[in-house]
Amino acid sequence: MATRVGVVVFPGTNCEMDVVHAVEVLGGSADLVWHGDRSVAGHDAIVVPGGFAHGDYLRTGAIARFSPVMEAVRAFADEGGPVVGICNGFQVLTEAHLLPGALQKNAGLKFRCATVTCRVEHDRSALTHGVAPGTELALPINHFEGNFTCDAETLARIRANDQVVLRYVDNPNGSVDDIAGVSNEAGNVVGLMPHPERAAEAILGSADGAVLLRALLTAARTRV
Amino acid sequence: MAVDETPLHRQLGLTDAELDDIVALLDRHPTDLELAMYAVMWSEHCSYKSSKVHLRRFPTEAPWVIVGPGEGAGVIDVGDGLAVALRIESHNHPSAVEPYQGAATGVGGIIRDIFSMGARPIALLDALRFGSLDDARTRFLFEGVVSGISGYGNAVGVPTVGGEVVFDDCYRENPLVNVMCIGVLPQERLVLARAEGVGNVGILLGSATGRDGIGGASVLASAGFEEGSEAKRPSVQVGDPFEEKRLIEACLALLDAGLAVGVQDLGAAGLSCALSETAAAAGNGMDVDLASVHRREPGMNPVEVMTSESQERMLAIVTPDHVDEVLALATRWEITARVVGRVTDTGRFRVIDDAATIADVPCGSLGDGPVYDRPIARPADQDALQAADPAPRLLERFPDGTDLSGELLALLATPTIADKSWVWHQYDHQLFLNTVVGPGGDATVLRLKGTSRALAVATDGKARFCRLDPRTGGALVVLEAARNVACAGGVPKALVNCMNFGNPEHPEVMWQFSEAIDGMSAACRALDLPVVGGNVSFYNESRGRNIDPTPVVGVVGLVEPIETPPPGLGLVDGAHLVLVGPETASELGGSEWAFTVHGLDGGMPPAADLAAARALHDLVIGLVADRVVAGVHDCADGGLAVALAEMAFAGGVGFTVTPEPAVATAAWCFAESASRVVLAVTPDRLAEVLTRAGAAGVRAADLGVAGGDRLVAPGAFDVALADAHAAWRDAIPALVDADVHV
Repeated sequence: MATRVGVVVFPGTNCEMDVVHAVEVLGGSADLVWHGDRSVAGHDAIVVPGGFAHGDYLRTGAIARFSPVMEAVRAFADEGGPVVGICNGFQVLTEAHLLPGALQKNAGLKFRCATVTCRVEHDRSALTHGVAPGTELALPINHFEGNFTCDAETLARIRANDQVVLRYVDNPNGSVDDIAGVSNEAGNVVGLMPHPERAAEAILGSADGAVLLRALLTAARTRV
Repeated sequence: MAVDETPLHRQLGLTDAELDDIVALLDRHPTDLELAMYAVMWSEHCSYKSSKVHLRRFPTEAPWVIVGPGEGAGVIDVGDGLAVALRIESHNHPSAVEPYQGAATGVGGIIRDIFSMGARPIALLDALRFGSLDDARTRFLFEGVVSGISGYGNAVGVPTVGGEVVFDDCYRENPLVNVMCIGVLPQERLVLARAEGVGNVGILLGSATGRDGIGGASVLASAGFEEGSEAKRPSVQVGDPFEEKRLIEACLALLDAGLAVGVQDLGAAGLSCALSETAAAAGNGMDVDLASVHRREPGMNPVEVMTSESQERMLAIVTPDHVDEVLALATRWEITARVVGRVTDTGRFRVIDDAATIADVPCGSLGDGPVYDRPIARPADQDALQAADPAPRLLERFPDGTDLSGELLALLATPTIADKSWVWHQYDHQLFLNTVVGPGGDATVLRLKGTSRALAVATDGKARFCRLDPRTGGALVVLEAARNVACAGGVPKALVNCMNFGNPEHPEVMWQFSEAIDGMSAACRALDLPVVGGNVSFYNESRGRNIDPTPVVGVVGLVEPIETPPPGLGLVDGAHLVLVGPETASELGGSEWAFTVHGLDGGMPPAADLAAARALHDLVIGLVADRVVAGVHDCADGGLAVALAEMAFAGGVGFTVTPEPAVATAAWCFAESASRVVLAVTPDRLAEVLTRAGAAGVRAADLGVAGGDRLVAPGAFDVALADAHAAWRDAIPALVDADVHV
């Protein structure tokens, strides 16, 4: 059976259908989970997609963390379920303290939409399971607040625990230690600023994102 | 404070004759509310009163046109039960006053035009015009407009996939912000702005109505800037992309559920326009319950409520039995919805406030404004302007054999030609996973998921050509946009236009307008390209100077099939560079080289041979569709040398070409002769390309071969690829990022 991915939708989310499309292209199945829902039952993996949840009028992700669905996402993660936050979804997961650190405005103080090269740093996360460390991937970024930051202690800890999943080869936003994606300690919750769903088909310029999404679909299936 | 003795109708922008018409129509003096409604509805911006008689000359029909001009957006059939909605609109005057919000609300407005048709907005393109970037205020406007488009477009979740930016001093005080939006819809979801069905209700969805944007259309867009434009700032609205995002989702959901019989967005003239137009379009009347309009602040008077241009509002016409479902859907998406009107059979537009009828006018009379056939006069200095051909002076100064390397580098660094990635890297141009070819090339290519087809889209406008000869210039604008689409393999299917002109009360401006329309129409006919919508922006003048006549067009073409991306503009090592199209002539009038680099104004624009253009487009579309060519690039601003250089930058490889002897070398390099395209052709395909060009009756010249790390044309220029690339790539960042903002 195809891996069933739940894609969380807040008002203001805008990448939900892109994630659904990419998952389906890769052989998974996906459906939308409304932010007001209190359950994510029936899913093998949860993706919190990109966009501007609640308009991002406060700090990015700061309101979304209080949506009812986030309790269910937390419970799913606590049980070891794979949860991936992409872009705004990454911001939401840090605000929800499911991931370490925070995302602040890009060093250049400009929104940036471009394809950048990222390096896979370890393979023990739900998103990089089976992907050789050192693999370089061309992935689109699309954000104003993608500048990952954390205190020195946290940085030392996530480095020691192999929680840095992805690094930028050429840092586009000022992120500390070139971090593009991190995981929780267990590796089942992952956040990343690049959009793998935008690079899942060669006709769109890069199919490198499919490497990550396939890993997620596999990791989610093998867990069950 | 001095008491304003000016009669109210004149304060509102109505002429004495227009007031007489209103009095005759009502057979009494209008109430203040009625007068205010007529003033906004009969404003130039809303009524097209000066342009209507000319716009009728555009060809608008083709078998694939589902909805032509006059609706919220044009709609064309793209097969497989899908349709594409498209429209372009200006937000020039608000952007001149407050660039961020002016541009942001321009984006918001055009998006509403698209989803009000039942289409999901999938792409935005922006055609922008500013003064010279060496001016600090221009940089403020440029950066503000780009930030506004980025801030609103990205957050509302509609990708900005293309457009163009031109810098010319004529726009110094009056920048142009033209925004095009494209949407896709299943044909059965198409909905028009009709208040059908007596007893049906009008539901106002979205933002509360506030005092922002009162008379924006009539105050800002229907008069020129004299002085003190800061005083007009309250007329600029403030955008809320999050509200708009929820409004898009709620409206498309209610259309999917079949809950609305008609939808119209609230734009210029606000409730007065939306409620009266929908009713008039269905031959009905409308009673408006003023008290039920949700407001942003207390104490608003009826004129303010009825003419407010607050953003992010939509009107849905709903049968009474569906009202509860619509309100529930609105609640899910956290938007406010109120029943504000009722469709009647009276044919009257009545506004009722607390049981008192405060306006009662024939419904259609608001939208059926005056029509002016304004005086037309060819400018007295037009002959002198056209006679001032820069070619003889330039060719005397740069005779054959002169090293033109410095000229090429200077041209590549002019902001109009230079790399615009500083702009489009700030725009989300990938959302929805349709973007096969993004910004920076000739045309953007957007796949239509679920089909074997894609859209190719481009916007263009070359005002200087239009000032030198508006008829030829108008034709050239259409040809260039269609040629860009052809370079992506797209068969041009529909055109929308934004007619940015000066003061229509100047006969010279109306001459430019009329001539441009005739030129554009002729080109559209030659290309079987229907005009499906447009917008007119007059009064683009400041300090008594009109802008250059600036028709901007957006062309949508169909690419079929789209199994792989079309060849880009990049050169590949060893490819032949083949110039197809009419022979380059000494056509330097209005060229970037003559005007921007050397400050030489005047002359005639390049000739527009419509039959040659059609033959070229058909040839290029076929070569691209069959993947016979490795690279393809339109030859336009800056001429052949710039086109070749841009292909070298994209491919990361240089070239050596031989200038053709039939024309002076400098003209061969920099003239902007129309309907030329450069092809990069691998040796194994060269014979086929030359044969196919010959069969199509299109001249093809093998100029040379790609390779190496220099751009070389013996006897013309020889520069390092890296130097040329840097000049082109760094020009805009060097100008804008040098500023320290306070």
